[in-house]
Amino acid sequence: MGWTRKDLLGVRELEAEEIGLVLDTATSMKEIASRDIKKVPTLRGKTVINLFYEPSTRTRTSFEIAGKWLSADVINISTSASSVVKGESLKDTGLTLQSMHPDVVVIRHPVPGAPHLLARLLKASIINAGDGAHEHPTQALLDLFTIRERRPTLTGLKAAIVGDILHSRVARSNIFAMQKMGMHVRVCGPPTLLPRYVESLGVEKSFQIEQAIADVDVIMMLRIQRERMGAGLFPTLREYSKLFGLNLDRMKLARPDVLIMHPGPINRGVEIAPEVADGPFSLILDQVENGLAIRMALLYLLTGGQGTNN
Amino acid sequence: MNERREKAQILDAPGIARAVTRIAHEIVERNKGVEDVVLIGLRSRGVELAQRIAAKLTEIEKATVPVGTLDITLYRDDFGRAATQPMVRRTEIAFSIDDKKVVLVDDVLFTGRTTRAALDGLMDLGRPRVVQLAVLVDRGHRELPIRADYVGKNVPTSHQEAVQVFMAEEDGVDRVVIYEATDTPGERARVTRAATDATD
Repeated sequence: MGWTRKDLLGVRELEAEEIGLVLDTATSMKEIASRDIKKVPTLRGKTVINLFYEPSTRTRTSFEIAGKWLSADVINISTSASSVVKGESLKDTGLTLQSMHPDVVVIRHPVPGAPHLLARLLKASIINAGDGAHEHPTQALLDLFTIRERRPTLTGLKAAIVGDILHSRVARSNIFAMQKMGMHVRVCGPPTLLPRYVESLGVEKSFQIEQAIADVDVIMMLRIQRERMGAGLFPTLREYSKLFGLNLDRMKLARPDVLIMHPGPINRGVEIAPEVADGPFSLILDQVENGLAIRMALLYLLTGGQGTNN
Repeated sequence: MNERREKAQILDAPGIARAVTRIAHEIVERNKGVEDVVLIGLRSRGVELAQRIAAKLTEIEKATVPVGTLDITLYRDDFGRAATQPMVRRTEIAFSIDDKKVVLVDDVLFTGRTTRAALDGLMDLGRPRVVQLAVLVDRGHRELPIRADYVGKNVPTSHQEAVQVFMAEEDGVDRVVIYEATDTPGERARVTRAATDATD
């Protein structure tokens, strides 16, 4: 089977075979990063617009580089410097861009469903680069890719996601994606940061990091957002770090071959100790590298037309 | 859907082996040895062919010839146009091609577009001293000014026919066959007419 969807709006609706296709394609794309001339002509003449309503280092840069390495024309729009500050609506912004005939629009937006609105409105293929707390599908795909590089199969692996699950689109997308590939997922954090009925997603729940990380193949740490301190969700960063931070002592409780992941940006010394982030088990920078390969694969698949493999 | 009827087998396993041997000898002759010669296989069966040719070269010249794999999917000229979107495979060339005599190896030479894509891909990877092309079967119908330096067998075909190479490593058997495409009414009529004419 080949890629037949016009858009990538989430991982929840993807089949396991589609996820597999993206991961396999990314494997081939990754080789381009090791060349002297990091350029292939595949997307020559295609236009990719990055429409980011929220700040981003990793996601935006890697979509930009992914497009450029594939020879596409890439345009970055930071809405803080656009007519959005004059009050232009998402719909009008979308229609305005459509009049310039982009092939792909990559959108990050604080409101869930924004990419879905554009997908209905525009002929271009829409990629969701994060919509509110809903989904961040490309992150989940690159996370699966990173795990798959280190393990013969994803089926049966156990993962613990630790941190602010409540506000995390990364957690949601990873829960959907991991389960689709046969992994078991456990979420961990203080009760104020775990959604009340999170078990209904088919995951285990834990309020104690020592217990959560003991027998898992993958520990994924999420950034604790300093801005949430004022909302009374936890007393201080220091207390959060003491109770839920991944430090060297807690690492001793984990499996000796455990994989440490974090979508970034990290808060050194808060949710993750510097020694762990920089240590030998950490795949944080591999995730960034793989993000590039995954996004190249997605740009290729979404613009490549319909059909099946030969 | 295409129903493909096998029209004829044009090479069997010994035939393929003999072609590989002769191509290897011709490579040695043309390049006056195998110094700086590298083989780069295209797609899956070109790679198997390249490995067999490399093994034969080692037998003849008692030297190792490096073999690499080039995937040309990202260089095709029909991206987004073809009815099917091909799977991207890996390019694995573990050596520099700068100043080398590169022999591209493919199973079938037809329109020449794959070779054109392969040349573009090669140029992105380095600057070879010279590029030569070795194919198991040349079936004619070139759409670009491309020609092979080493040919296993020349097979005249009609455009509707298909030539398929099977290699043991991937398909379990060594053979080359021609298929007739008999799915369109026009084609069926043409084949029937041709068969009727032949019996007159």
